Amino acid sequence: MAGIELQGLVKRYGKTQVVHGIDLTIEDGEFVVFVGPSGCGKSTTLRMIAGLEEIDGGTITIADRPVNRLEPKERNIAMVFQNYAIYPHMSVAENIGFGLYTAKLDKAEKRRRIEETARILGLEPLLERKPSALSGGQRQRVAIGRAMVRDPAAFLFDEPLSNLDAQLRAQMRLEIKRLHQRLGRTIVFVTHDQVEAMTLADRIVVMRDGRILQVGAPMELYEKPADVFTARFIGSPTMNILPAKTSTADGKAKLELAGNTIALPPRPTALPAEVLVGVRPQELRVLAPGETADLVLTGKVAVVEPLGSETFVHVEHGDGLILASAPAKAPPFVGHDVRLGAGIDALRLFDAATERAL
Amino acid sequence: MSAASPMALRIEPGRIIAWLLLFGGGLLMVTPLAFMFATSLKDSSEIYDLAFFPAHPTLSNYVTVLSDGRFLRWFANSFGIAVAVTLSNVFFDSLVGYTLAKFQFRGRYLVFIAILSTLMIPTEMLVIPWYVMAKNFGWLDSYWGIMFPGMMTAFGTFLMKQFFETVPNDFLEAARIDGLNEFAIFWRIALPLVTPALSALAIFTFLSNWTAFIWPLIVTTSKELYTLPVGLTSFAVESQVQWELIMTGAALATLPTLTVFLLLQRYIVRGVVLAGLKG
Ligand SMILES: Nc1ncnc2c1ncn2[C@@H]1O[C@H](COP(=O)(O)OP(=O)(O)OP(=O)(O)O)[C@@H](O)[C@H]1O
Ligand SMILES: [Mg+2]
Repeated sequence: MAGIELQGLVKRYGKTQVVHGIDLTIEDGEFVVFVGPSGCGKSTTLRMIAGLEEIDGGTITIADRPVNRLEPKERNIAMVFQNYAIYPHMSVAENIGFGLYTAKLDKAEKRRRIEETARILGLEPLLERKPSALSGGQRQRVAIGRAMVRDPAAFLFDEPLSNLDAQLRAQMRLEIKRLHQRLGRTIVFVTHDQVEAMTLADRIVVMRDGRILQVGAPMELYEKPADVFTARFIGSPTMNILPAKTSTADGKAKLELAGNTIALPPRPTALPAEVLVGVRPQELRVLAPGETADLVLTGKVAVVEPLGSETFVHVEHGDGLILASAPAKAPPFVGHDVRLGAGIDALRLFDAATERAL
Repeated sequence: MSAASPMALRIEPGRIIAWLLLFGGGLLMVTPLAFMFATSLKDSSEIYDLAFFPAHPTLSNYVTVLSDGRFLRWFANSFGIAVAVTLSNVFFDSLVGYTLAKFQFRGRYLVFIAILSTLMIPTEMLVIPWYVMAKNFGWLDSYWGIMFPGMMTAFGTFLMKQFFETVPNDFLEAARIDGLNEFAIFWRIALPLVTPALSALAIFTFLSNWTAFIWPLIVTTSKELYTLPVGLTSFAVESQVQWELIMTGAALATLPTLTVFLLLQRYIVRGVVLAGLKG
């Protein structure tokens, strides 16, 4: 079993604590993605798992073995860096072979493993090249090859695709996913990109300020975000967040939002007076004349973004813009007033003070 | 590097001035050297004519100098010493520079400042302490006595530290995960990434030791231990100065310098470090 377990993991740099006691169990063979804003401690956590950063509290267990005191090489993990970090003075074959540095294999067996890895990654024709003569995607593949060749218990990736252009990124994303399906190894993957997180992860770990906010399968996070941050991070385009008030009359809760009064289904706990309402652009549609909805917002169209399959419409509302969707065939015109509507099921409520989901 | 584009060849007034200045400067530096070579081809009777071109060019001076056992001995001394000191500097300066650049430890800054501060002390001031040291250790009049002050230099350590700081930590961490021990990381990963700096350091160290004069002069007394500059000078103070032979010796002395430079200069130009990173 090559699962990874983090218990009360703490990291300090001098007096500032940057990781505040993280608890997480990663199953054997699971693909876990860490997301969160810059500086929230994703890399630090990953580097503690790798053994590149000292642990100031808590324990890390890899494959049922506490590894706090073990050197990186004794942990049987492999890591792929954002900058690839393939050695520029060595050929592709030598770079991949370096992953076998500690393996006690004879030359022929080493060569066989290098070639096998190169074949899987489509690097065979490039084995004798130097990194300076490779494209970004090929370099990243070499870095992955160096990690793969050793057949480690777990792979750690720190934003491995962020230096690639959009198309290559999509392609490498697919390759990493297939690699995971093929090798079945545990993967911990750090990214800024919500599409990467959604498409790759078995489970997503959302971090903020050195803490875990929420852990769950991609759809779980999409459907039931635990707070505003997760709600805005997961899903593209970003969810609209609107301030609203609640009131209770005759034991029935009501939501007051931009002139709408919406009756809320009964809930076990009382609502705070000030709330934030989240509604995804896909669920906030431009209404046809005469059509109604539970929530209706009006405003002037500022920008129209046709994407082919659908069209997004930025509408002036209050001091800002809200994003809604319109049918691709009949988008509204810039400068026209439109009515936007959403059903009550599409509304997600958050406490305005704590930003936690209600 | 691609060839210069036609645009770059357009002749501008500023460019002409720059060329003239460079040409003048070059002439100033090359003339004494050229005169040295010219003199080495002259017959002893022509020496005081001070004409640039020898009237009857001859290689006989070279035959004389090369068949003189003393010259060959001094040449070998200088060469051996310069090579040994260079190897020592390349290894130890980079080892210390690497440690200072890439490891966090107590007193690191203090060590660095201490090393740096010795840069400010001129060699002339150090000669006496070196001499006292050599005398007490019994190193006077020995090869080791000539070499020991230069086996490591503050300049080299400083240079290597600065270069190692430009090596991204990702390389070292990747190697750590690949299972290399710390020395192997230094030797197999970090060092090859700073070959331009190593070549510069090697050239620099070789040249300064090849031409070193004051310290070898002071520390040696036996003629067999002389280095080439000391030996050539001793020629000059003999009763009858044979300038054509001294010039021939000096001309021969430039050969290793040229060789070293030609061998290593391509490594200086080649910027290796960034090739394994993004972009
Ligand atoms: N060597 C260090 N010394 C002091 N503070 C550090 C050090 N390394 C990281 N930090 C701090 O620790 C916090 C977490 O950093 P970390 O690199 O883990 O963030 P991250 O989530 O990976 O961010 P990014 O998405 O930008 O890569 C940051 O506030 C950072 O400033
Ligand atoms: Mg990071």
